[in-house]
Amino acid sequence: MKKILAFAMAAAMTLSLAACGGNGGSASSNKGSASASTPGSVSGSQSGSAGGGAVSGQQGSGFTTVEAGKLHMSTNAEFPPYEMLDDAGNPIGIDVEVAQAIANKLGLELVVDDMGFDAALLAVQNGQSDIAMAGITVSEDRLAKMDFTDSYATGVQVVIVKEGSDVTMDNLGEKMIGTQMGTTGYIYASDTPDNGGYGEDHVIGYETGAVAVQALVSGQVDAVIIDNLPAQSYVEANAAAGLTILEGTWVEEDYAIALQKGNTELMAAVNGALNELKADGTFQGIVDKYITAD
Amino acid sequence: MDWAQYYAQLSEMARAGQELGFFDNFFRLFYQAFIEGNRWQLYLRGLAVTLQLTVIALCIGIVLGVLVAVVRTAHDQQRLGRRSMFLSFCNVLCQIYTTVIRGTPMMVQLLIWGFVIFSSSRNKTMVGALGIGINSGAYVAEIVRAGLMSVDGGQAEAGRSLGLNYFDTMRYIVIPQAFKNILPALGNEFIVLFKDTSLVSAIGGAELIYYAKAVGSKTFEVMFPYLGVAVIYLTAVLILTWLQGKLERRLRQSDRR
Repeated sequence: MKKILAFAMAAAMTLSLAACGGNGGSASSNKGSASASTPGSVSGSQSGSAGGGAVSGQQGSGFTTVEAGKLHMSTNAEFPPYEMLDDAGNPIGIDVEVAQAIANKLGLELVVDDMGFDAALLAVQNGQSDIAMAGITVSEDRLAKMDFTDSYATGVQVVIVKEGSDVTMDNLGEKMIGTQMGTTGYIYASDTPDNGGYGEDHVIGYETGAVAVQALVSGQVDAVIIDNLPAQSYVEANAAAGLTILEGTWVEEDYAIALQKGNTELMAAVNGALNELKADGTFQGIVDKYITAD
Repeated sequence: MDWAQYYAQLSEMARAGQELGFFDNFFRLFYQAFIEGNRWQLYLRGLAVTLQLTVIALCIGIVLGVLVAVVRTAHDQQRLGRRSMFLSFCNVLCQIYTTVIRGTPMMVQLLIWGFVIFSSSRNKTMVGALGIGINSGAYVAEIVRAGLMSVDGGQAEAGRSLGLNYFDTMRYIVIPQAFKNILPALGNEFIVLFKDTSLVSAIGGAELIYYAKAVGSKTFEVMFPYLGVAVIYLTAVLILTWLQGKLERRLRQSDRR
């Protein structure tokens, strides 16, 4: 009896190992399991997709996607108004709706994979997702690692401080600055003073922009450098704490959609769809829905 | 051979999209992750903070753990007729402490310490060390308690029958013998504590894994920073294990009669 029990348990364990192991193994596909290992930060898959670079499908106009019939978009849904989670936990926002419109034009189903910001960039580099839209700025270093479509928005890095504090654009060098790890805000701010940054000692990279703003409210940092639009929504959300955005812009940059380096067919298709959306006014309509003109 | 120049050449080639040979690529990635811009100094800084965290947390953990274990053992070993209210009260406090700390994930505890309790503090190292130390204290308490209970009851009886009071029996007879049983488990806890310091990066503490992520996000190459950090942790744990082995061997000498 004991031997039978031991054998049954060993078999159960081996079977469960086989089910979990391997990328896109036939047993585990489409079972709503968490997305494949993305290094570092928190990751969670939004709509039960298999992730992983195993299955790819040939589409009509010559491009291939990670999963046939679907457009996987990796993002970090903590960046209002470009992407955020609604009360039911579904991703919404400008990036999400634009991606939905592009997917419709390409005849694909949109699947949004929410994860940490650096994980989202890595996912598109490694071929785990087709596109990455997370308010990603185009920069020289990023261009070496991934391809970008035409720019669809201009981002401005601004500085949030507490009302009545003595922080100005000029004395940022002596203060503690909070940023989101992996964003251009962090990369530029932690650069050496020769390159216009403030050095690693004065910058802390938090997991998300919201955590950085929390740290500002509680006094752990003196300023937060983050993109303009999320900054405005954080300031509104923390109206009780009295935050304000410093006059003047710290850096201006372009947002674009990131794709895996060398994926020229999908790039052409996505770029074409994006330009069509801009031309026929759909893009502006989506933007206006989220950003009330001020 | 000017390494910096060679690296600059290789990066240009990589940027242009050329495929590099295995060793060339290896060299390029290694240089980018550790040497460019004196990045290895960042890792050393992170390692220093990690070691600081470990030592402070260990001290807090051992002190707390021993205290709690002594209270728990004393309470459990009381004779039925002569229970002390004060000791029962302390015992309940200790039980709440161990249950709560062992029942919540370390990351949640650190987030609470960093963002709820000490939300205005800028000294992440102390806050992190406190959080980890208190967490470790609960586990050390259980380890020490198990060690004390494992000493044969006859030893304590012999001590009492010789006229020693409770404290002296503990101090001269039970604890020295319990020490040998506690040591392997304590060494294990030390290693776990050392690795758990990596969680302090969640509250913004600038230790080893934080700098690895920083370098990774600047260069967009995460393999070498992460592997490098793993090797550093592994080396440190190997050293700790070797030291622990030496101590155990010295203590075991008395077993061979």
